[in-house]
Amino acid sequence: MGQGTQNGDRPLEIAGRTFRSRLILGTGKYRSNEDMVRAFAAADVEMVTVAVRRVDLDRTKEEGILYHLDPEQVFLLPNTAGCYTAEEAVRYARLGRAAGISDWVKLEVIGDQTTLLPDVAATLEAAGTLVAEGFKVLAYTNDDLITALRLEDAGCAAVMPLASPIGSGLGLVNPYFIREIKRRLSCPVIVDAGVGTASDACLTMEQGVDGILMNTAVAEADDAPRMALAMKLAVVAGREAFLAGRMPRREVAVPSSPRAGMLA
Amino acid sequence: MSFRGTSLEDGVEMAAQDGMAVMVNGEERRCATGVTVAGLLEELGLHPRMVVVERNREILERERYGAVEVQPGDALELVHFVGGG
Repeated sequence: MGQGTQNGDRPLEIAGRTFRSRLILGTGKYRSNEDMVRAFAAADVEMVTVAVRRVDLDRTKEEGILYHLDPEQVFLLPNTAGCYTAEEAVRYARLGRAAGISDWVKLEVIGDQTTLLPDVAATLEAAGTLVAEGFKVLAYTNDDLITALRLEDAGCAAVMPLASPIGSGLGLVNPYFIREIKRRLSCPVIVDAGVGTASDACLTMEQGVDGILMNTAVAEADDAPRMALAMKLAVVAGREAFLAGRMPRREVAVPSSPRAGMLA
Repeated sequence: MSFRGTSLEDGVEMAAQDGMAVMVNGEERRCATGVTVAGLLEELGLHPRMVVVERNREILERERYGAVEVQPGDALELVHFVGGG
């Protein structure tokens, strides 16, 4: 895509930073780091998420992600994935910030091991703490409007409702609530998690949301770089379709060719 | 090198006893008394720019790695960025 805007669309802006791509990718679960790097190039992403974990002291050849990604080229968004309490998430967020790249964090507080659905009370608590500490908080949440509104009120830079559970690939299960969240919030709404393939991404963007964050759909595709390209195109297509304004749904057929001028 | 009245093995053991026990990433390790955080990272083959150090639940600023000495019983967490969504 060209220069930031196209056909009158504004670039995605979060916490004063602009992105020409509305697609954010995770860095987990790729078959190889080479695959991941090629996927990011194919998708032309500007922001990717990373996790904070202990260095493996017994396998020092196990390299951190920074050996494969240049923070000058792609903006790194540290997450708090795997945290089950507000306190734990705050600790991980601080560690991520101490890496010295930015004060942004993808806040994620999980409430259930089976569904990986968010603990919204703990998420709100952690969001309040982190915003007070000057973090730019992008908060993963469920598709509940009230929680989304409260996260915005808490000062989150973006609210990120799920399409469906993390890593499920079930696609957008609740388009109505996602639309409603987008309608009611002023901050950017990024749909995070659940997208399985390009049509899911397209349908999600058609709801009018500001962007999509995904990981597994690309990383677990047979050909990750190719799926990354498909996702890039789907996000653009869905955004353009939203901006274009779709025709109404009718439960009757309407001919596309004129009736007039038919042979007698 | 030999030690008067002791075997080499005893000497090595004594040197180890001279060190101190610290917790690094949840595991007990022995390290030399007076070693700085920077020294410990070097010993572990870790690049200071690639890790974040938490010492007794408090983040240690990178600029202080060279100045701060590891104390007996310290709990250190050495973390870095890995792939995640």
